[in-house]
Amino acid sequence: MLFYYFKRFGVLIPTFLGVTVASFAFIRLLPGDPVLLMAGERGLTPERHAELLKQFGFDRPLWEQYLDYFLGIFQGDLGNSLVTKKPVLDEFFTLFPATLELSLCAIIFAMAFGISAGVVAAVKRGTWFDQSLMGTALIGYSMPIFWWGLLLIILFSGTLHWTPVSGRISLIYFFPQVTGFMLIDSLLSGQKGAFSSALSHLILPTIVLGTIPLAVIARQTRSAMLEVLGEDYVRTARAKGLPPRRVVGLHALRNALIPVITTIGLQVGVLLAGAILTETIFSWPGIGKWMVDSIFRRDYPSVQGGLLLIALIVMIVNLIVDLLYGLVNPKIRHTGG
Amino acid sequence: MRSTKLFLSAFVVSTMISAGANAATTFVYCSEGSPEGFDSALYTAGTTFDASSRNIYNRLVEFEPGTTNTIPGLAETWSVSDDGLEYTFNLRDGVQFHTTDYFTPTRNLNADDVVFSFKRQLDKEHPWNQYTAGTSWEYFNAMSMPDLLKDIVKIDDSTVKFVLNRPEAPMIANLGMDFASILSKEYADQLEAAGNKEDLNQKPIGTGPFKFQDYQKDAVIRYQAHEPYWRGKAAIENLIFAITPDASVRQQRLAAGECQFNPYPNPADLDAIRADANLKLPEQEGLNVGYLAYNTKVAPFDDPKVRKALNMAINKQAILDAVFQGAGKAAKNPIPPTIWSYNDAIQDDPYDPAAAKQMLADAGVSDLKMKIWAMPVQRPYNPNARRMAELIQADFKEVGVDVEIVSYEWGEYLKRSKDLDRDGAVLLGWTGDNGDPDNFLAVLLGCDAVGGSNRAQWCNEEFDALVQKAKIVSDPAERTKLYEEAQEVFKREAPWATIAHSVVFKAMNNNVEGFKIDPFGGHAFHGVDLKQ
Repeated sequence: MLFYYFKRFGVLIPTFLGVTVASFAFIRLLPGDPVLLMAGERGLTPERHAELLKQFGFDRPLWEQYLDYFLGIFQGDLGNSLVTKKPVLDEFFTLFPATLELSLCAIIFAMAFGISAGVVAAVKRGTWFDQSLMGTALIGYSMPIFWWGLLLIILFSGTLHWTPVSGRISLIYFFPQVTGFMLIDSLLSGQKGAFSSALSHLILPTIVLGTIPLAVIARQTRSAMLEVLGEDYVRTARAKGLPPRRVVGLHALRNALIPVITTIGLQVGVLLAGAILTETIFSWPGIGKWMVDSIFRRDYPSVQGGLLLIALIVMIVNLIVDLLYGLVNPKIRHTGG
Repeated sequence: MRSTKLFLSAFVVSTMISAGANAATTFVYCSEGSPEGFDSALYTAGTTFDASSRNIYNRLVEFEPGTTNTIPGLAETWSVSDDGLEYTFNLRDGVQFHTTDYFTPTRNLNADDVVFSFKRQLDKEHPWNQYTAGTSWEYFNAMSMPDLLKDIVKIDDSTVKFVLNRPEAPMIANLGMDFASILSKEYADQLEAAGNKEDLNQKPIGTGPFKFQDYQKDAVIRYQAHEPYWRGKAAIENLIFAITPDASVRQQRLAAGECQFNPYPNPADLDAIRADANLKLPEQEGLNVGYLAYNTKVAPFDDPKVRKALNMAINKQAILDAVFQGAGKAAKNPIPPTIWSYNDAIQDDPYDPAAAKQMLADAGVSDLKMKIWAMPVQRPYNPNARRMAELIQADFKEVGVDVEIVSYEWGEYLKRSKDLDRDGAVLLGWTGDNGDPDNFLAVLLGCDAVGGSNRAQWCNEEFDALVQKAKIVSDPAERTKLYEEAQEVFKREAPWATIAHSVVFKAMNNNVEGFKIDPFGGHAFHGVDLKQ
């Protein structure tokens, strides 16, 4: 067991080193000089260009720049944004709670509906219900997020006026950010109606961001359930005369959930990628939109710092999933994974 | 389902009721992006200027709203020495800086503030020259201010003198630009003493109509009216920038009443906006020009007759329809019609492929093959360069010219297009900085700019002499005459095919009153009110 955990942690070190190199290299491999982009059509003289490259440290050899970046990581210094001039770490953690709040809501939504839909589809295998559910899941999986988001806005906000169009809370509410989580901060503010406003602003982005994970979880749950429902112990449970609800809910689902947990863990990456588009559509001030802006502006420190932090988060979540997996499935921890 | 619907409806109703209670004094502007910071001299983006200089600060000289004419700002009057080298400004009395929860001024605006605001940009040894990481004063440099300004001297508390290295008539217009905003030296001193210099860029203090209240990154900026504003308190009490990057979503927010103003509507939404009885859509030609610059140093484009013939082969109307979708006007001059000295008497080259073909043959050009460079990005003066290049390619094919379309990453494009031996004609454009014709004619077509922003690499003595003379003459009437003549030379020599000026649309609620479209593309809200 202990060996399994050590091994899992051990893998993190080379992965972390790889991520630092990849995040550093990625933005530099893209064509485009941040100084030229900053100047735009106005342009600048070669002397001024050289002066600015020097000022930002981009004239130094790449290995020196990398070393600076790498050593900075251990001092909690990811450099300053070329655009806002603020420390990258501050920028990231100002925006991260918004992305985390949205992602958590989306994954809860996806799990709640995805697992239920998968179980029902497996139990009613082959019926029109199963087929239409799985067909819908396939559509959900293939849905372009941008189009889906706009469609929901036009229908629910523009036509039916049920939900607000975008943002995190109605602009009439103004209170300091304590945790960065709007649901919590709105409660803390004590302002009447603030919490319900924050909740109503979460509905559409949650659905949009949760759609793809929902579809994946539903399909994975269905196939895992089908496999488990064919197992001997389930047949035995049925033969013993246990009520179907108990057989499915207690015996089958618990075992079927093991691969589903892995799937959910893998969805963290999908959520962060989806957040880029979802945040843009819903004017959601999170890290997805910030990363895109930084890439377009070739804001090297922001892109490399942001990528590193996002990769770290994905790594940590996957580690937790792996450890959970080990707890749930004794076979894995005994064989050493 | 029923309960969900009730639940959701309850939100909307409560939100609308509370919004209604605040609507009288609160104006919500659906801005298109986040400001980079609030010290406008550090940046060059219009989005940042809207959030900072245009609403928080003032300048010595300002632009009359809706025009490119300069009017007195913080300087009540000014005089220029006979040799054009000294500009003396007399400051307005009783101008107060903002009082906020982070700063309380103890004195009014004086000459120290003006000297501080410029010296920090000019003097590399100034304690505020590098006050935040990567400070580069890009606009100040781009307008050649370090070469132009010799010194800024305080004469007394209400008089400041700018000493120049050479006469420069556009100097007054330069001082109306965003980088020339006046900041509080007293506030800067306070920040320096507290070791919080970066706050100058995060928590601004100015003399403008609105004072900064709060910024939640990428989400919302809040301002309040500055009570003792020297031009009179703004009618809007609370100004809110709701940052909404997607154009379709901005439009939905405007239609749903979540904001009152959408600065950049989608061309595809224009008809729907016109059809909405609650909205209005004023328009104006933008202060820009989109052009195709030939490389006049490379044969056969060194021959004006060839360039003229090619210009006559371009069907501009087709480009306006397909690329600008009604949001553009054909350009005949290198400066937009909103700039003074625009020569309206000039006739545009007619679209006449047959005549163009004949002219090419007369010039001895046959089987011509050329490249057209298409920008990889969308700009106000060219919303779709690839499509534009394809249309020109088809037009040129009609007159027997084979076109290959090429493109590069934007930074590379800007760099390579400056090369003297560049192969091909370049699609590019320009948005004016200060409303002075010099800012187009000298910057884009002057001999000094060859190998730089003069993408046609065109150096014409007659044109250059006119533009250089207009730089040192201070009489506006005489300058106008010189620029009008220069435009005639330009038209005759045809270093560019002038394609279009974009038309700017502003979508807003019907109850928005007093907004004047700014030729510089800015959004300033002093003078704007909401009709009850």
